[in-house]
This record gives sequence, structure tokens and C-alpha cells, in this order.
Amino acid sequence: MEVLEIFFTASFWAAVIRISTPLIFATLGELICERAGVLNLGIEGIMVAGAFAGWMAVYSGTGLWVGVCVAMFVGMLFGFLHSLLTVPFGLSQHVVGLGVTLLATSSTYYAYRLALPEVTSPPKIDAFQPYDIPILSEIPFIGPALFSQTPFTYLAFGLVLVTSVVLYRTPLGLAVRAAGENPAAVAAQGLSVTKIRMGAVIIGSGFMAMGGAFLTMSAFDSFFFEMVNGRGWICIALVVFGSWRPGKALLGAVLFAAFDALQIRVQQTSFGSQMPYQVFLMMPYLLSILALIVMSRRAEVPAALMVPFNKGER
Amino acid sequence: MRLEPIDKPSLARSLLPPVTALGATVAIASFLAMLAGANPFSVFGLILNGAFGSKFAILETLNRATPLIFTGLAVAVAFRAKFWNIGAEAQLYAGALLTVLLGTGLLPWPSIAILPTLALFSILAGAILLLVPALLKTRFGVDEVVTTLLFNFIFLLFVSMLLEGPLKDPMGMGWPKSARLLPEARLPRLVDGLRLHWGFGLAILSAISVWVVQSRMTLGYEMRAVGLNRQAAAFAGIPVNLVLVKTALLSGGLAALAGFSEVAGLKGSLTLDLSPGFGYTGIIVAMLALLHPLGVIFAALFVAGIFVGADSMSRAADVPTYLADIMLATALLLMVLAIMLTRFRIVRN
Repeated sequence: MEVLEIFFTASFWAAVIRISTPLIFATLGELICERAGVLNLGIEGIMVAGAFAGWMAVYSGTGLWVGVCVAMFVGMLFGFLHSLLTVPFGLSQHVVGLGVTLLATSSTYYAYRLALPEVTSPPKIDAFQPYDIPILSEIPFIGPALFSQTPFTYLAFGLVLVTSVVLYRTPLGLAVRAAGENPAAVAAQGLSVTKIRMGAVIIGSGFMAMGGAFLTMSAFDSFFFEMVNGRGWICIALVVFGSWRPGKALLGAVLFAAFDALQIRVQQTSFGSQMPYQVFLMMPYLLSILALIVMSRRAEVPAALMVPFNKGER
Repeated sequence: MRLEPIDKPSLARSLLPPVTALGATVAIASFLAMLAGANPFSVFGLILNGAFGSKFAILETLNRATPLIFTGLAVAVAFRAKFWNIGAEAQLYAGALLTVLLGTGLLPWPSIAILPTLALFSILAGAILLLVPALLKTRFGVDEVVTTLLFNFIFLLFVSMLLEGPLKDPMGMGWPKSARLLPEARLPRLVDGLRLHWGFGLAILSAISVWVVQSRMTLGYEMRAVGLNRQAAAFAGIPVNLVLVKTALLSGGLAALAGFSEVAGLKGSLTLDLSPGFGYTGIIVAMLALLHPLGVIFAALFVAGIFVGADSMSRAADVPTYLADIMLATALLLMVLAIMLTRFRIVRN
């Protein structure tokens, strides 16, 4: 019964939204890359770099939103590197992606050690504070759950909306989707597949970095090694789960976060305390695999995902 | 711009890009060392000296290369068939887990019996662990990249659970650490008095065996065919899914041997920090070796040398050890690019 009661507290749903935010950013970023035909395994490392860059910027005195922009910019740099190697040069997206993750992670740790050589515990920053949206936040139950989040969270939900409008309602979105389905047709229209794909990967990587930055700038207020902890890989699973659609991906991220928030609370109940805590920590990863198994069969994978396009090649 | 294949690359074409890539890696690392306030020449001198400068250093490098040869082989075998096993880390721990499960008292046998048994069961554990993602791929079409990656997290938590529960050493002063292996279950030293164990010998032997499988046996041919073009391989009558499953079993088994060799040869017990990412570094090793099993030996020595050298450089020059990881990631990215440029020319249009 203890477990059921959890669902009826507003604080639980507020936590769900909070936990889902970094996943929403990064899943959206990965989705944009994959919709244009590029698998971006740099996601895990780009999230680490974004988490550090945003936090470090604020720690050295910039405003919070400037920090978000710094994080996004750093993510876009790694996105540029990834797209340069995978799109015009057509190198293996698996190998390059893993290489970018290793590079982004190790250079972040290196920069951290250079910037803060002496500290044993990383300093905290004045992070984003919850902002109560007028009127809406006063709705009982729903208000405190959904409308008393930090502005960074509202941005994530806003970006989902913007991304789906751009993807499905604008010529640019059509070009991005076509680059991932039938690049030859895009080239026949006189558009550059290279530019579209590179642009998508760069923007998508910027989103991933913002997801990382949420962890340091709105969730934990500090930077730790291993803080991203596989979230990037989970987001790749969420893209499949959402069958490459922003709305469904958002739903997947929230569902996933609900499960994650639940396992944290069940751990603290009398039932949960009898189990090894590792069982609970495993759940998010097991759930991702389960979601993949269920969804992979009917997923509509972009037809040209992971297929390099070399103009003039037959 | 577009890429045009070159029919007969000249010698300069084959050598210039990889050499440039290596040079660029060194240049980037030098720049980063300067950011840390160190003299790049002395940094590289310290790395080289720390890795190969003394008998102790060389033995340390060989020891560090041992698990990397196994994980490098595991990745090379899998990637050759375009089966993306990113889970060598988990498979390594699977091998290590079986080694301590059976080697700490359950099998009171002499060395000659217990060591092959431990190795065999480790291989089985790693193979079975990778069999799951392989079957998910062939049966349900689930991408193996994500499943093998997530398995790393799941399996490490599983090992952590066992080390804090049933496997915890009662004499371990409360640390999450397994009991020590029986003396019979320890791999002997390769040469008396030198700190290098038979795991290294086993690694070399494995590399040669994989090379034989790949170049002399039908399975090796089938794996290559599946990697080059899955549709064409299927059309030619190769049972693609079966080949992928066999590849997975081989790859998982090889990665697990890294765990066996680290526990039985070096550490003697299992802790959660047994591997500082040997599974992931195996990807770099395999790529630098161009997926060639014998090349893996040299790539592993190179990578191990950088890690060991960077450790001692970091102590002497106060440059963070992560410089080694940056160098390897840079080398990986630039090397894949360079290898492509030896076979294609860039044409502007």
C-alpha cells in the first residue's frame, strides 16, 4: 500500500518532471541527429562536456542563461567534429561516436583538473530556482507537480514543441527528415545533404549538452565525475521507444522518469529496504532494454540512418 | 566535395595520412600539456621513460597491455563482422566473477586442473553474457550497441551487489571485496622473479588463435563476408544470424579472459575497480590495430605504454593523467580518418 500512496503525492510528480528534463533535452538532440540519418554515439560524452561547461561558466561569474548558452556551444563544437567526420568523410558512425564520447569525457575531466586542482569536493553554484507560473501553479496537485519547476525545465518542454513544429510543419524539417529517409531525393532537389546532416548533428549535439547542463545547473548544483552515468545511452533507447517522434519521445522520457522516481521512493519503504539497493539502480537500464525489445519490431527506423551519402556515387 | 576511391595508392598515399595523424595527436597533446604549465618535450620524455625506460616500467606496460589485448581482440573480432560489441567491460567482469566463484575454494584442485577450468568457465560466462544481446538482435532486431552498453551498467551493479552480499570477504575489513583465490588458482609468473604472469602468454596465444580462425577457417571468411555486406552474404548462402551469434560467443569469451587473467594473474581477488575501463579502451586498441588480431598486440602495447607512462608523468610534471585518455581518443579519431584518406581522394565539385 505504501507503494500506491506514492502516486498520489504532488512531490512525486514534480520529481518525475525534474528527472525527465535532462532526458528530454538529450533524447530530442539524438532524435534530430537520427532523423537526418546520423547516429550520434557522442551523446554520453557531449552531456558530460555540457554539464561541466555550463557549471564552470556560472562558477566563473556569468549569468545562468549565459551558462546554458556556453554549454550548448561546447556541445555544438563536439557535434561539428562528429558531423565533419561522419558526414562529408563518411566514417563509421559507431566508431566516431564512441571516439567523440571518449574525447569529450576525457577533455572535460582534464579541464576540470586544470581549473580546480586543489579541491576535494566540487564547489556549488547558485543554480536555477523553481519558478511558480502564475495562476497555473495554484491548481491543486497539478500546479505544484508541473508548474513549480525551474525555467530550465520549461525550456525543455518548449523545445519539444518547437522541434515538432519545425520537423513536421516547415520546409527545413521536411529537408531534415528527407535527408534521413532518402538523401538522393534531397540532392536531386538541389539541396546539400551534407549541410543538412551536419546542421542537424550540430544542433542536436547542442541539445544534448543542455541536457547535461541541467544536471549541474538545476538538479545537483555541482559537477561530479560519472554524473551523467549512462543517461546518454538511455536516451538512445528512448529515441527508438518514441519511434523517432518528438511527442512520443517526450512521453517515453516522462514514463522512464516516473519509473526512476518510483524506484528511489520504493527503496525507502519497508519493502524496499530489504532488497539490495543495486537491484533498484539496475531497473532504469533493464527498463530501457525492455522498451527496446517491445518497440524495435514495429519501429519505423529512418531508412538512411547510418548510411553515408556520397554524391555522385551509384 | 566528394570522395573518390583510389585504385592503386602510392607509397606516399599509404604513409602520409597515418604519420600526419600521429603527428597531429602529439601536437594537440603538447598544446594541452602547455595549458597545464608543463614543457611538452619533458612531458613526452617522461611518458616514454615511464612506459619503457626501465625493466620495471616495461614489465608494468606488459602487464597493463595484457587485459587490453584480450578486450582489443574481443572488439576486433566483433567489429570485423560489424557486430558492435561495446560491452567488453561487462564481459570482463563476467570472467572475473566466475574466476572468484570457482577459484576461492569450491574446486580444491591442483593448478594444472583448476586453471584451465577457470579459464573455460570464464569464457563461457562472457560468451553467454554477450549471447543475450546477440539473440535480441537476431530475433527481435534490437540494436546491440545500446544493449551491450547498458549491460555494462547492469552487470557492474550485479557484481557490486554480490561483493556486498554473498561474495563479500569476511576477512576484508568491510570492503566490498571477494575472498582471495587459492594459491593453486593463481597464474604463475612467466619468468621467475619478474612481475609478469602467464596471462600475457595466454593473450599472445589468443591473438594468434584468432588470427588463424580469421585467415584460415571458414568461420573467419564468413565473419568477414557478413561484415562487408550482410545482404550479399545472405545471398551467397551464409547463415548470417548464425555467424553473428558465433561472433558474439567468440568476442564475449575473449573479453572474459581479460577478467580471468587480471584476477588470477595480477589481483588475486575481485573488487569493483578491477578494470579502469579496459573494455572501452579495447575499442581504441582494436581500431588502432585496424581490427587485425596480431596488430592488436602492438596496439595494446602502445596504448598501455601511454597509460603507464602518463601515470608516472603525471606524478612528476603535475599534468592530469587524463592527458593520456585525450591522446588516445584523438589518435582514434584521426587514425580512422587517416586510414580512409589512404584509400580515397577528396574531389571538389
